[in-house]
Amino acid sequence: MYHKEKSIQIKSSASALYNNLSVLRIAPRCLTYFTVVHANVVNMVSASWDGLNFSHRQLQSKEGNIAASSSLIMQASWCVLPSRELLVLTSQKGIQMYESDGSIMVYWHALDNPETPTAQAVFARGIAAVRENYICVGISSGSVLVFDIPSKGSNVMLSEVLEEHRDAVTDMASECSGSLEYMADLVTADDSGLLCVWKSGEDFQLLHKIPGFDVSCSSVKLWKGTVAAGYGTGQIRIYEAVTGIVHAEVNAHARWIYSLDIAPFSGLLLSGAEDSLVRVWHLTMNPDANSVEVEHLYSECITDTQICGAKFCDGDGYAFAVTGYDLSEIIRYTQA
Amino acid sequence: CERSCLPMHFIHIWQMSLFLRLTLESKLNSSFIFFMNDIITTMFNKKFLDELFKPQELYSKKALRTVFDRLAHASIMRLNQASMDKLYDLMTMAFKYQVLLCPRPKDILLVSFNHMDAIRDFVRDTPSILSQVDETYRQLIEMYTPLSGGEFQLIRQTLLIFFQDMHIRVSIFLKDKVQNSNGRFVLPTSGPVPFGTQIPGLIRMFSCSGDEVKRVQFRSAGNYSSALREGSFEMYGERVIKLGTNMYSVSRPVETHMSGASKNSAQHTKVSTAPNPLAKEELNLLARLMGGLEVRKPANPDSRFRVNLFATDEEEEEALISRPDELSYEVINIQATKDQQANAELARIMGEFTEQEEPSASPSSKGDDLLAMMDGLC
Repeated sequence: MYHKEKSIQIKSSASALYNNLSVLRIAPRCLTYFTVVHANVVNMVSASWDGLNFSHRQLQSKEGNIAASSSLIMQASWCVLPSRELLVLTSQKGIQMYESDGSIMVYWHALDNPETPTAQAVFARGIAAVRENYICVGISSGSVLVFDIPSKGSNVMLSEVLEEHRDAVTDMASECSGSLEYMADLVTADDSGLLCVWKSGEDFQLLHKIPGFDVSCSSVKLWKGTVAAGYGTGQIRIYEAVTGIVHAEVNAHARWIYSLDIAPFSGLLLSGAEDSLVRVWHLTMNPDANSVEVEHLYSECITDTQICGAKFCDGDGYAFAVTGYDLSEIIRYTQA
Repeated sequence: CERSCLPMHFIHIWQMSLFLRLTLESKLNSSFIFFMNDIITTMFNKKFLDELFKPQELYSKKALRTVFDRLAHASIMRLNQASMDKLYDLMTMAFKYQVLLCPRPKDILLVSFNHMDAIRDFVRDTPSILSQVDETYRQLIEMYTPLSGGEFQLIRQTLLIFFQDMHIRVSIFLKDKVQNSNGRFVLPTSGPVPFGTQIPGLIRMFSCSGDEVKRVQFRSAGNYSSALREGSFEMYGERVIKLGTNMYSVSRPVETHMSGASKNSAQHTKVSTAPNPLAKEELNLLARLMGGLEVRKPANPDSRFRVNLFATDEEEEEALISRPDELSYEVINIQATKDQQANAELARIMGEFTEQEEPSASPSSKGDDLLAMMDGLC
């Protein structure tokens, strides 16, 4: 179904972090941007569609007044809003927001750090752009910060702090179908496997809590009112967001899942895990029966690699890209 | 300081275990076994451990190397600089292997218990040290068993960042086919799934009332079997997982060459404490790990010898040249000796590691040195 393309080399290898690949497609310029996190650095590479031109940039974590910190970056992700696109970095010290090409830092938010060393790790992780003007970021305490983003400029404001999770936030996702008909705008996930489903607004409203089963949910997507969640046990579960009804359970991988992605135009689901496998599935909605069918379409083994990022490169799922721990390349596949 | 520094606990326990095993399995000089008691005593010194278990910053690679050097100098034969570098690289790659291949992140704790079990087995006849080892178990259990899988994964991810980009080839890993010629570890796609995971292949679909309406098998790629039972996280118990029972091979225990004994000796996961009288004539573990060792029998009767982990001087020089600059440290030139005078000297050096009966106000003990050093590293 897919064949391997030429890999893109990156300046340093990928770290073992959940969702460690972000892709931004810039159609007007026939470019795709990729980001991969390596410890305290984000590797950005822009690739022209003709495969001839690549340009690289590296961004570093920040700490207080120090521009270049050794604090670890937990995640980097593009946030696409109607008015602008921002690149968000979450680290052990705070949250950095850049213009989408990484050229200018627009906003810095420092995490509250306890005065004395505590037993609890402190970091930010989990990033999502929600509706017109929100960017949400998760914290190790379980809090979710909601930032109000202006259509241009740097006047970003912390609008709200959502306190429903008791465990460290792992990932979050906003409704990616492009349609306004679905009530749920955002799903947030944590280390206990708890999923919280939200409606955005001046005050975010909690619609539903889908309980975990003491297994971390490391990656989550929301599409057509349906949650796809990947767990540390290697299982994928499909839920109806606002009710928590389980549509499907897939024994998908033999190791911890690190990344899920959905191609919104085709309903393809991509999963990548520590077991070296990338799998492509298809989700079929049956609104009359209120059920979802899951079909396995394709698997690819990236030999001797623990996958840490897997993302579609376009809305149809025609191409996808993969990163693995200790690999200094972005591996790409396109449909045959 | 973040909790991300807790990973260092595991590295230290594994380091101690390394020196224990190398010393025991290295049959070169049985008197080193005597010194191991002092090492273990120091490592399990209450004050040292209390410091170790305090939340503190993740060590830099340089700091970890410094602690390694101090432990190494006290435990086994003195090595020249190139050999020390090689041993450090070997240790690091062995640790990387164990962290990478843990089926579940929580298994890092079980692997540490495997290491601890080996240490405890060695000191079982020495109550004072045994009680300190037991205390370490208690601290590990108290600190780590409440952690969730996700928190363990964070520890594991932090350790993996520490070991990132290290692809040093280790001859016994290459021989056992757990490492490829490009230095990357082989990740098996078969065997039992981790405890709590199902064998991949099944899709179950449900109606909105919760009834299963469809069940489909997909071809999984990979050849997995059901999970084994969960290992024990208690002071005593079967750990089930094999990583950490043997430092250098997960597929089979390293064969110890006993003259006349069968190759498949029953001596496997238990570490032998009996010195082998034929030691001098046998290849030792270190030799086979390094892919060749020459213990040069001295020409003169003083019987001083220099342990060189390379077959020739040329190889040693080459190793020094090929090692990246940032990994080099100042040269240490020390020779190992076997005669009485030498043993006395070693005893003197070892004397710096005297056991502390109670928390001491004396600043001169090695234990305090280590603590002071650790404080300085935060």
